[in-house]
Amino acid sequence: MSKNSEYLIERENKQYEVIIGLEVHAQVTSESKLFSQSSTKFGAEPNTQVSLVDAAFPGMLPVINEFCIEQAIKTGIGLKAKINKKSVFDRKNYFYADLPQGYQISQYKYPIVGEGKVILDMPNGQKEIGIERLHLEQDAGKSIHDIDPNNTLVDLNRSGVALMEIVSKPDLRSPDEVNVYIKKLRSIMRYLGTCDGNMQEGSLRADVNVSVRLKGQTEFGTRCEIKNVNSIKFMQMAIISEANRQIDLLEEGKEIDQETRLFDTKRNETRSMRSKEDAHDYRYFPDPDLLPLEISQELIEKIKSDIPELPDEKKKRFIDKFNLSPYEATILVSDIETSNFFEEVIKNSDVKLATNWITGELFAVLNEKNIEISQSPVSAKNLSKLINLIKDGTISGKIAKTVFEQMIDGDQDPLIIVKEKGLKQESDPKAIEELINKVIENNSDKVAEYKSGKDKLFGFFVGQAMKESKGKGNPQLINKILKEKLNG
Amino acid sequence: MSDITSQSLFELTSNIREKKLSSEEITKAFVNRAEKSKKLNVYVTDNFERAIDQSKKFDSNPNLNFKLPGIPIAVKDLFCTNGVRTTAGSKILNNFVPTYESTVTQNLWSQGAILLGKLNCDEFAMGSSNETSFFGNVQNPVGENLVPGGSSGGSSAAVAANLTPVTIGTDTGGSIRQPASFTGTVGLKPTYGSCSRYGIVAFASSLDQAGPMTKNVRDCSMLLEVISSFDQKDSTSIDYKRNNYSKELSKDIKGKKIGIPKEYRVDNMPDEIEQLWKNGISYAKDCGAEIIDISLPHTNYALPTYYIVAPAEASSNLARYDGVKYGFRSPGQNLIEMYEKTRSEGFGDEVKRRIMIGTYVLSSGYYDAYYLKAQKVRQLIKKDFDDAFSKVDAILTPSTPSSAFKIGEKTNDPVSMYLNDIFTVPINLAGLPGISIPAGKDKNNYPLGLQVIGKPFDEQNILNISYALEDKINFKNDISDWWLSE
Repeated sequence: MSKNSEYLIERENKQYEVIIGLEVHAQVTSESKLFSQSSTKFGAEPNTQVSLVDAAFPGMLPVINEFCIEQAIKTGIGLKAKINKKSVFDRKNYFYADLPQGYQISQYKYPIVGEGKVILDMPNGQKEIGIERLHLEQDAGKSIHDIDPNNTLVDLNRSGVALMEIVSKPDLRSPDEVNVYIKKLRSIMRYLGTCDGNMQEGSLRADVNVSVRLKGQTEFGTRCEIKNVNSIKFMQMAIISEANRQIDLLEEGKEIDQETRLFDTKRNETRSMRSKEDAHDYRYFPDPDLLPLEISQELIEKIKSDIPELPDEKKKRFIDKFNLSPYEATILVSDIETSNFFEEVIKNSDVKLATNWITGELFAVLNEKNIEISQSPVSAKNLSKLINLIKDGTISGKIAKTVFEQMIDGDQDPLIIVKEKGLKQESDPKAIEELINKVIENNSDKVAEYKSGKDKLFGFFVGQAMKESKGKGNPQLINKILKEKLNG
Repeated sequence: MSDITSQSLFELTSNIREKKLSSEEITKAFVNRAEKSKKLNVYVTDNFERAIDQSKKFDSNPNLNFKLPGIPIAVKDLFCTNGVRTTAGSKILNNFVPTYESTVTQNLWSQGAILLGKLNCDEFAMGSSNETSFFGNVQNPVGENLVPGGSSGGSSAAVAANLTPVTIGTDTGGSIRQPASFTGTVGLKPTYGSCSRYGIVAFASSLDQAGPMTKNVRDCSMLLEVISSFDQKDSTSIDYKRNNYSKELSKDIKGKKIGIPKEYRVDNMPDEIEQLWKNGISYAKDCGAEIIDISLPHTNYALPTYYIVAPAEASSNLARYDGVKYGFRSPGQNLIEMYEKTRSEGFGDEVKRRIMIGTYVLSSGYYDAYYLKAQKVRQLIKKDFDDAFSKVDAILTPSTPSSAFKIGEKTNDPVSMYLNDIFTVPINLAGLPGISIPAGKDKNNYPLGLQVIGKPFDEQNILNISYALEDKINFKNDISDWWLSE
């Protein structure tokens, strides 16, 4: 593994290193909640997906949703982590209007998943980020403060939805690594189908722990936790802002207080939420309504056998089998939809061309339209047809770009476009020879110049021939025949 | 035929099956008696009108195959009953009407029983005298101004006063057995996991169990048979084969080994109780049982352990009563003020005391010293019983260290109140079944009970032993109906 280029913040003649650890809250992909049968569908009318259990009515009891357990195990396997055969659900006690039970059921001392790792592909090589643990917990409801002027309203639709909290070790060192880490985590979970990673809908959010230390120092500085940041961009902004705040304090000879902070996205700064002294005492204790969770080796093996090929393995296969560069492979496997699209295209077409077209033209269109590959305006089937037209010489790469532009509009079949527009490449040597003769005839003066040694004019003749063919002439053929005629 | 309301469940079901009595006649008899028994204050909410309607409906098309055919039954007000107010004896749930039914009560209605009403109890089942109820104390029919025990005090009084043929209570540390003992009735706390906790207002989840409270052991076996069931809605419910307790009830306990734990001879125990225990032992011998001295060395630690574990769980279980979603709310300027006012006004002193104890023992810095240690001691107490049950089939002890006391006598002395549960609490901590049967009287003619403790899931055995002892003891609860009004 090569050393990453370091991210350091400079102050006068000093260099500070930034230490980052993330607690990612990922919503488990599941039809129903962690301890009740209510739906988890996003965007429903307030309080329409709430059972008596979710609203904590007297005498209601939680019953574990086995599917969520399997999803957590699956994620643990994807993180190359230890699956704990015995784990415990605890109550985390605190009062809030959108926490109906007065406690959140979570896992404290004994999480379902233990230590694991995530490999980051950084520009300068790979970096391993340690996973401390993954545990299951319930989400709370939502307090809405801006509808009624006098009251806070509560929506319990999210109350009880299953979350996986994935805690990293403090191994991250830069906003870039955070970006790659979150994307990798998201990618793994999307491959596994355990979290849709949809940050807009709040399916993925993170608490960010930040501390700083002078370069070369071995012990960690005092950390602050920035709560509930819901986009990668904001995480990066929050880290930069918080690291600088801490460094400023140190530079002034002040101490950093260990505290919980909030990121104000509008002002691009973090502000104190509560200090260590005011920290909640959550009074964790094992939930007596639930028995310790015991997981059999059989279940783990069964889930293991269902694990699909994950990004790291897929990348290796793409490199080994298709001869892709590590860079190309990384891009293509970063998202399961992209890799699926790629594999669909190359079923019937050239790998090299497919790689270039997907990472080039197609990504450009997706970026421009700000859409996911799942919403691609060009289907894998039609893209592979286009690639075959290039490969078999029916059209040139240049014409292909024109065809592609048209394909975007309603996923049109490139064969039909080429046919209708008469874009088929002219590859008949006789026809090419004819039009070259015409060019030579019409430019006898230039021919004379060329023959007297002005080699550069060759390009002029190619251009003229191409123009004569209305862009459809096979470039290789034009080159070849031109050379024969002019040099012969 | 004797007066309807004094009949046992067994007699009433027989009379219904033999068409000697209708459900309506029985229901009306209990309603009429209840109307004249308001002084006892057993009912928090009655369901009389609906009960009579339902009894008529039953009679119009009686299903006599039911185990409780058309039998009216009042239940402790800790069981959520669909459409009928459920208060848990607290102001904070004063106006709470569930839209759902507890599994245990559903089991009653599924066997043909009819809800008579909801019976008074200590607030959130926290108490040993029914004096912590928001709805006032209950009179023990045994004598005026005597507590009926608690927390199932309304239930024990109702059975003793012939206001319901049988009832169900809940028992977290003795709340079925102690009131049964105080009123000369039978009360059984089943093995933890025998009866579903779904729909029962929670006090301490790892200890709470519903159980039957009846006039005699046979009725107890009949009722247990109905209420005990595996329930997927309760993760701590246990899936095992339940006996046909009433069918298999037998007085033949010949050769059964019964343990007598020396640690239950506590200081200052009245001679009468010592004598009662001796009598029990000799009756057991008479029945052919073998008496074996045993030791339960950690008994002394049971009460302090209980008063850490139960309040800890309660402090968390009662967090949901916050004025936000249902129940009582006292408005405030902001969320915190609303919480403070709601919970200060909504809960009574004993509940607050236990919430504070529970919050304290779970706090960081104290957790290890209290809660964690209590959990470890709990394991030792459980192990004491495991060891004992390798030598004996059941254990015989007194149910309580005293008979019923006067209303108000212990309200200012919580520790003395807690001591009431000294013989019953270890059984909850160990998750075992225990039954209290009336076994004699003290010098004031107040009833005293004996407790039979069994192995997990061995309810049949303790029912049989109790059935045999009951026959020998031949207890008569001469209650004078002193409270009746015209």
